[in-house]
Amino acid sequence: MTDTTNFLAAPRLLLRNRAALLGAVILAIVVLAALLAPLIAPYAPNKLSIVNKLQPPSASHLFGTDEFGRDILSRAIFAGRVSLLVSLGVVALSTVLGVILGVAAGYFRALDAPISRLLDAMMSFPDILLAIALVAALGPSVATVIIALGITYAPRLARIVRGSTLVLREMPYIEAAITLGLPTWRVLTRHLLLNLASPVLVQATFVFASAMLAEASLSFLGVGVSTDMPTWGTMLASGREYMNSAPWLMIFPGLAIVFSVLSLQLLGDGLRDLVDPRLTKER
Amino acid sequence: MSDPVLSVQNLTTAFRSREGWREVIRGINFEVKAGETVAIVGESGSGKSVTALSAMRLLPRDKTRSTGRILLEGRDLLTLPEAEMRKVRGGRIGMIFQEPMTSLNPVLTIGNQLAEALVLHRDMSWREAEAEALTLMERVRIPSAKSRLHEYPHKFSGGMRQRVMIAMALACRPRLLIADEPTTALDVTIQAEILSLISELQRESEMGVLFITHDMGVVAEVADRTVVMFRGDMVETGETSRLFAAPGQPYTRALLASIPRLGTMNGAAGPRRFPQVDPRTGTASEGREMPLPPAGTAPVVSVSNLSIRFDLPQGRVHAVEDVSFDLHPGETLALVGESGCGKSTTGRAIMRLTTPSAGEIRIDGRDIARARSSELRTMRRSAQMIFQDPFASLNPRISVGDAILEPILTHGLLPKAAARLRVAELLDQVGLSPEMAGRYPHEFSGGQRQRVSIARAMALEPKFIVADEAVSALDVSVKAQVSNLLMDLQASRGLAFLFISHDMSVVERISHRVAVMHFGEIVEIGPRAAIFGNAQHPYTRRLIAAVPVPDPALRGTRSAAPPQEPRSPLRPLDYVAPKRLYREVAPGHFVMAETSA
Repeated sequence: MTDTTNFLAAPRLLLRNRAALLGAVILAIVVLAALLAPLIAPYAPNKLSIVNKLQPPSASHLFGTDEFGRDILSRAIFAGRVSLLVSLGVVALSTVLGVILGVAAGYFRALDAPISRLLDAMMSFPDILLAIALVAALGPSVATVIIALGITYAPRLARIVRGSTLVLREMPYIEAAITLGLPTWRVLTRHLLLNLASPVLVQATFVFASAMLAEASLSFLGVGVSTDMPTWGTMLASGREYMNSAPWLMIFPGLAIVFSVLSLQLLGDGLRDLVDPRLTKER
Repeated sequence: MSDPVLSVQNLTTAFRSREGWREVIRGINFEVKAGETVAIVGESGSGKSVTALSAMRLLPRDKTRSTGRILLEGRDLLTLPEAEMRKVRGGRIGMIFQEPMTSLNPVLTIGNQLAEALVLHRDMSWREAEAEALTLMERVRIPSAKSRLHEYPHKFSGGMRQRVMIAMALACRPRLLIADEPTTALDVTIQAEILSLISELQRESEMGVLFITHDMGVVAEVADRTVVMFRGDMVETGETSRLFAAPGQPYTRALLASIPRLGTMNGAAGPRRFPQVDPRTGTASEGREMPLPPAGTAPVVSVSNLSIRFDLPQGRVHAVEDVSFDLHPGETLALVGESGCGKSTTGRAIMRLTTPSAGEIRIDGRDIARARSSELRTMRRSAQMIFQDPFASLNPRISVGDAILEPILTHGLLPKAAARLRVAELLDQVGLSPEMAGRYPHEFSGGQRQRVSIARAMALEPKFIVADEAVSALDVSVKAQVSNLLMDLQASRGLAFLFISHDMSVVERISHRVAVMHFGEIVEIGPRAAIFGNAQHPYTRRLIAAVPVPDPALRGTRSAAPPQEPRSPLRPLDYVAPKRLYREVAPGHFVMAETSA
């Protein structure tokens, strides 16, 4: 009873959608580089070499070196591990929380007021402040950063999911599913969730980008992932001091963030078309 | 007669698609003279709206291409520069559309919106414009126009808003009025008022009217000449009376033959299938009469003293008030009335999509008005529903086969392999090919989708089906076919239908009994022949009289009542509805006794 035809058509559709294909290729490269970091990084990420500090890009250090003489290319490759892990973790957690809260608020009238007020309360804190408070309570580590940011961004998704659910709940096909005597969980999982895919995908790519930057802010404030693990955010933050004299300290981790966010956005757009059977068929 | 106001010559419009240019209308020729009404009639996709939009040059320019000539008072609109064209629109040509509820800006007063057009197009000062706006509102017969000038659109009903739209279209004294389905979204009694208003205004100002509609009844009512379109081609054109009396083309004959007409049931006891029309010859064979429900059975649904109220910040809406009726196996009870009368709410309450405020709904003897969700699930095997909008009632992301399969599997009626066979069988029963099971809803036409919905409702082998405006959104020929399908299913499986509809001519064909609802109450209920032949309540009579008759010879035999703003359905919170008494006119025919209130 699954929509197998959709997913069989997926690679072909992805090939036709050039933008989505480009996104998939960039993301694959970034992810592969992060996974294979020990094999492809030319230097160890934390190897100090004070004599080589603040070297501009050259043949031996393609992206240059930082204030401690560490190779920026190697650090950027290793940093992808934490940055991608945190961002994807945050997207996953906030999507799950957001969809659960949003669907509950939108579909069950009795739950709407309590959940919506909770979301309002959470959104009334500045994002970073809420995350700092959560990390401070839980202690800094990769997992706590993911949990803190996941909770912080969940209301954004929940709001959008609630709105879409309110509209979808009144659609005759949802009412038809109810009158067919389908159990509520089935109405929700099979009939509602599929139709929520597009707004959720769009918002999730947005959260991915925000999470990457928020992780940097947390690190900068000293409540991020532990300091001996480079992340794109921390590289960006520490390179700020040398922005005028050694811009490559910021440019390369910055580009890494730009490309991974862009690739995910392109891919997200393609995925949205993919889960819509109206666009799956030829032409 | 004088030169034509509008002369369309050999108009062809093409849309750009990926394969190149695709012609949507081909070689259209017609004229509209001053003081004349020309109707363009056709089913959805016939190109009637594209014709009007081409004439107004309102189609996106990079995606469409029109050739031929469109002469407005001798000037060719297709070659006019865009700046000139803007003066023509709203100046020489006025236009009114189908949707009066969304075509006014909700945050500006009616007077303000009317005056704005006058200030812009006729160079008036705001003071002059306001005075002229009042004159216009009086011209379109809006009661107490002076006080209503400063009201906001939400205080106006659909019919009144359409009057405002007409006033706007008339603001610059156009030579031509294009009306694109102007009454389709309105109730029949309001439709009758708007149609007579348009023809009165036309007589007063000698303008030409181009009337676009799918409703042959409306055509017969208003048009001097008629253009029949089919899939982008002009099939036939001529005097309306001649066209109706002696249609020359098979398609016109088929179209005319498939219109449901009031008063074709004289003498028949049971419902009667719609005539089957042969599209090649246009000849029709009268439909077979359907059987009466077996006598002496216990009702499948028994509704007693049902009331449904909605609380709003401004008061309480008594959507359904003290409604009682029985529905027997094999019977079709039609619930008729105009929008907001509570007929759909009643149907939804029976399906428990709405929770009743008071009263009982017995299905197979068990009261489900306050049943818990586990009991409801069992109830839903005997009660099913078909919805109005064939485009929204199927989940776009689930193939139609899976949509029909799902209820069979979740209720555990059949193992998977047998269930798949059953899906094929159901598709076959509703006249679709079983191979279509793998397709998605968007690949089907409106009529086909409605057949899928019927197959899905039949999957649980229900005892009765609530059909909420199930054929209202369909084209005439498709409407007849789907209605016939419902009647066939009833005959073969003893199904009972609660047929909710505003369309009196379909109701006359399909039902055994009719209940007329007005302001949440049943004002009259009885056998179909009694309701249509011997209506007692004034509202029932008004409803039947307002249905447009597809016969130009009978035009103008009706007198329009002065327009009224309908009563507000809002009541104070402490309002107690008066207890109604019913008088039995004949066995089974009850009429609400008229009270002083």
